Amino acid sequence: MSDLGHVLVLAGGVSFEREVSLASGRRVAEALRNLGVDVELVDVDAHLLPRLVSEPPSAVFVAVHGIEGEDGALRDALDLSGVPYVGATGAAARLAFDKATAKAIVARAGISTPASVALQHAAFRDLGGPVLLDRVVGRLGLPLVVKPVRGGSALGVSVVRDASELPQAMVGCYSYDTVALLEQCVAGTELAVSVVDTGDGPVALPAVEIEPVSGAFDYAARYTAGMTEYHAPARLDASVATKVAEVAVTAHRVLGLRDLSRTDLIVTADGEIEYLETNVSPGMTATSLLPLAAAAADIDLGALCRDLLQHAATRGMSAPGAPA
Amino acid sequence: MEFSGGSRLDPYVDRYAERTHGMTTSEIRALFAVANRPEIISMGGGSPFVSALPLDAIGEMTAKIVAERGAQALQYMGGQGDPRLRELICGVMALEGISASPDDVVVTVGSQQALDVVSRIFLDPGDVVIAEAPSYVGALGTFTQYQADVVHVQMDDAGLVPEALRAAIAQVAASGRRAKFLYTVPNYHNPAGITLVEERRDEIIAICAEANLLILEDNPYGLLGFDGPPLPALRARATEGVIYLGSFSKTFASGVRVGWAVAPPGVKEKLVMASEATTLCPVALSQYVVAEFLAHHPWQEQVKVYRELYRARRDACLDALAASFPTGSSWTHPAGGFYVWVTLPEGVDAKAMLPRAIQGRVAYVPGTGFYADGQGRRNLRLSYSLPDPERVREGVRRLAAVLDEEFEIVSTFGAGALDA
Repeated sequence: MSDLGHVLVLAGGVSFEREVSLASGRRVAEALRNLGVDVELVDVDAHLLPRLVSEPPSAVFVAVHGIEGEDGALRDALDLSGVPYVGATGAAARLAFDKATAKAIVARAGISTPASVALQHAAFRDLGGPVLLDRVVGRLGLPLVVKPVRGGSALGVSVVRDASELPQAMVGCYSYDTVALLEQCVAGTELAVSVVDTGDGPVALPAVEIEPVSGAFDYAARYTAGMTEYHAPARLDASVATKVAEVAVTAHRVLGLRDLSRTDLIVTADGEIEYLETNVSPGMTATSLLPLAAAAADIDLGALCRDLLQHAATRGMSAPGAPA
Repeated sequence: MEFSGGSRLDPYVDRYAERTHGMTTSEIRALFAVANRPEIISMGGGSPFVSALPLDAIGEMTAKIVAERGAQALQYMGGQGDPRLRELICGVMALEGISASPDDVVVTVGSQQALDVVSRIFLDPGDVVIAEAPSYVGALGTFTQYQADVVHVQMDDAGLVPEALRAAIAQVAASGRRAKFLYTVPNYHNPAGITLVEERRDEIIAICAEANLLILEDNPYGLLGFDGPPLPALRARATEGVIYLGSFSKTFASGVRVGWAVAPPGVKEKLVMASEATTLCPVALSQYVVAEFLAHHPWQEQVKVYRELYRARRDACLDALAASFPTGSSWTHPAGGFYVWVTLPEGVDAKAMLPRAIQGRVAYVPGTGFYADGQGRRNLRLSYSLPDPERVREGVRRLAAVLDEEFEIVSTFGAGALDA
């Protein structure tokens, strides 16, 4: 048995990514169990906090995705409960989970990110929907990616190639979130770069290149094996591979993240790197990108999760509301 | 482990049959995974309220079966199903006017398996199935897997419209294709909640007979009418030309997975062989449990309990819809079964609205799933069978609030929000 003690993997919850999260959680728990770690998979509901008090674990792995796992609230609750956990603090998660805020922070560090605007529905209601959409198209051009400013797994995301498709894309997006990010759609190679830090500072894993068979990396393409071709490591020149790793580590640092993250990027045909977003609770399913990157680096997923838990346990609890 | 040469993470991806096209995960599946949480009032699934069953008595009965007849109940049996159960099924069908012999009955693993074997023996890729508009999503999924095309036929408040059926048959014939059967749910339709009125039943049978079109009558809800005795089934009016599907999922328990088909002799033989190729035999223990329940428990009283329970929930649903849904929406008034079919105001897309509804802690099934041709964007199915009446009312109230928000969003972006 491991000397880590009893650890919990939190998964599920009521976010739209519940199913993905449960798959992530099961995979992490199984990988840890294979190494002899005393691990338990626990859903996130009203029983969780009393349970953390009555049977405090040595550390928690947060495999909850979407609003519940990444908007900071769950992490704040873990801090309030005095439980060490793997991943960003609540404050840092809150910043990173908001794509518009994350883009602004990362851009200040000199990293290029596609031009975009984040708009609440109220802005369209008060200023006039069609008129404001015209302005957006006039300024950002087409095609555009419309996405909920907070969310993952491409839920509520549309690629708009013709202005007539925009209203429908906006309605679909606002069903997921109150704020929509309208972002220039940049053509290029889609990459995911995972960053891990088991105590020696953040290190980028090999970039994973994503080639959806249908052309769109939507929900089905993400979670149906066979619908996307992955290259790990990505087919990049060494200099570009180094640069994308630096961008992901920089994003991890400037967003104030810890332990693990996954940054999504586009590399254009002329080698420019465009930052899209950073996930503070990356997927861990059989088709998820961080496990693919770990495999490409010959890192055992269970060993990585165990080391991250060990690092969290050693670090101990964070002060509630600790800054990013 | 590197896959710099590229990997789709599924080494068998190039070997799958064509019929697996479309077997993918989807956003809707992801959303339904959340809908099962207790915080959410789910009016999505068509689950019976099995808590109303005498669970202790069924437990004792099952234990007795295993103790006294375990060597048979836990063994393989004939592919056509337990003869005693088939005889009892004939008694059940007699309540809807059907006269059949136990030899005509094939027991299946739920009527869903009956749908599968009927499709398997009749459908070649490119064949046409004619079905109501909308139609049961599970049947559409089966027809799609056999690579058949579905042509929908309009319903009105009285059920399938005979003239529309004639036109659909003519349209299929004119296109040089072959319609193999009409798939219909005549009683308390899933999802529409509509019942085919008695006056049209003979006409529908005559139209199909004239066109040499088989009828696949799917009747899981026939005994769950709220207003008087059940209408005679299509199979009660025509022994030839009708394949009848029945189920204990709604009148007893969906978890036992016991359904059946009644078919003309030649068809029946093929159904048995197709069924054996799938499951060898239906589940023996489940069949014994159902047979015991039918033979030694007042099962018709249990159906009555279900009927009264669902009637109260239907009333709660219709009252709440009338009290809270906005002008421009409409809905059906089911006289039995589980479902109300709602049409939303112009411009609102029920599928796009589902995430908002789940955040509002209520779930439904968007209408597009009940069509093979992309219709149904303004529709949704509400199932009132599982939540108690107060939860049904609360669910509809929540949905009305969600609808208000959605309508405001849609209004902001104009008609293009739906028409793009």
